[in-house]
Amino acid sequence: MIHVTRRYGFSASHRLHTPSLSEEENRILYGKCNNPFGHGHNYVLEVSVRGPVDGRTGRAVDPAELDRLVRERVIDELDHKNLNEQIDEFQRIVPTTENLGLLIHSRLQRAWTEVFPGPWPRLEKVRIAETPRNIFEVDANHGS
Amino acid sequence: MLITRRIEFSASHVCANPSLPDEENRRLFGAASNPHGHGHNYIVEVTIEGDPDPVSGMVLDLKELKAILNAQVVDRFDHRFLNKEVPPFDRTVPTVENIAIEIWNRIQPSLVLPRGKLHSVRVYETPDLYVDYFGEAQ
Repeated sequence: MIHVTRRYGFSASHRLHTPSLSEEENRILYGKCNNPFGHGHNYVLEVSVRGPVDGRTGRAVDPAELDRLVRERVIDELDHKNLNEQIDEFQRIVPTTENLGLLIHSRLQRAWTEVFPGPWPRLEKVRIAETPRNIFEVDANHGS
Repeated sequence: MLITRRIEFSASHVCANPSLPDEENRRLFGAASNPHGHGHNYIVEVTIEGDPDPVSGMVLDLKELKAILNAQVVDRFDHRFLNKEVPPFDRTVPTVENIAIEIWNRIQPSLVLPRGKLHSVRVYETPDLYVDYFGEAQ
């Protein structure tokens, strides 16, 4: 069994603000991240998959297929977007990077069998860095 | 406790299975199947798991690990055309997956560690693509 990780990047803006709290409580909770005009990040996304090495190809995953899946389901949807304004899920939940990691994980998991119909490879982990100092991981068992 | 040592080598390779027709290799591997080869700066992270010796305060002697990694990996792989010069890649495809497994198999027998064991081999083919191998059992 081998674990393959591919790294991607996208840039997006967000504002941390929850309607269930008052303006003042939001300011205290989220600090600068609550700026009403929003702010942006260069997110770095790592997608890890797990599987046996195919004897014919020497590969555990076709990186071109993985790239296509991640590009279509994640990067094209999120890159150069305002997460609060343009992503449906973030109309209802706060676009923290915790929630962004969960959203990316669930989007990949939902489309997975269309691209990888066999038993392998399996999605193992989504790791997202909001900045080089703030990093969030969602493992594959999440939600199962 | 985990201890990681990092080494680097630069090598060229062709991703193609010699038992398949050229067209199938092009379909499977795309640009990586170019028969003239292409190269990467590989980075290898070898991680050892163990407890520090109460006298030396070390899990292992890093000088010894360095010598093993140089002899088994750097000296054999660095500035080589893997398919032509580094067996078993005359027979198996030198994908980053197979390179990680081969490095594990080469260093594992030389690592005699009274207080630890080989935990993982990570190989970066580029900064955006890497694999982790934890041995056959995992």
